[in-house]
Amino acid sequence: MRFEYTIEAGNFSKAGDASSSFKKILKQLNVDPHIIKRIVVSLYEGEVNIVAHAKGGKVICDVDTSRVTIQLIDVGPGIPDIAKAMQAGYSTASAKVREMGFGAGMGLQNIKNNADELIIKSEVGVGTQLTIIVNLNKA
Amino acid sequence: MKLREVAAILNAEVVCGHTKLERDVQAVFASDLMSDVLTIDSEKLLLLTGLVNIQTIRTSEMSDIKNIVLVRNKKASPEMIALAEENRIVIMQCSYSMYKASGLLFQNGINPVY
Repeated sequence: MRFEYTIEAGNFSKAGDASSSFKKILKQLNVDPHIIKRIVVSLYEGEVNIVAHAKGGKVICDVDTSRVTIQLIDVGPGIPDIAKAMQAGYSTASAKVREMGFGAGMGLQNIKNNADELIIKSEVGVGTQLTIIVNLNKA
Repeated sequence: MKLREVAAILNAEVVCGHTKLERDVQAVFASDLMSDVLTIDSEKLLLLTGLVNIQTIRTSEMSDIKNIVLVRNKKASPEMIALAEENRIVIMQCSYSMYKASGLLFQNGINPVY
């Protein structure tokens, strides 16, 4: 099953709408609550990143019997140094993002901690693509 | 501890979720940083925060946090209340600082997350 969502740049009142919708779907699919939490925390962090940093983007969520694969694809400035962006505390967030309770340089690390696999591809001036994979089996 | 007791200790006003005050609270996490809140994995958690915007509620929804106390006399917006009600989240408001609210709850036996 595939679910797609459009993410609007800069609109913090809608940041989290996609994560909220997908969480409801996962609940309907009877996915383990702890796994749902790992999935939606990762997705939400990624969604906030698109709202905060990009010119817009989309989220594609694929669910099969063994895993959930989430692609967050944005059009935006890209990440010049992914290793640096992964460092705890490193952030390029604006004051507005910080006012919303984010921008502490924890997002990507938090995604990594919740995902079974995280792949980041980015091109400066073009955009960033995150692929988050979470296995649905508890083992 | 029941949410009803939390409200009494903090002299807090219940903004939404009035019918859910018999819920148990096992731990408290106090933070204005939602990225920190998203790292917490505790059951029956109460969030103490002075951050008042829609992302406070969204973060709680994603983190399965059902109980929020807004400190420092911060007020929930109608948009926050609507989203909280949709997610069966209780919001309370108190005039105490984060430090005082945390201290009172700790003194009354609620555990920290870590």
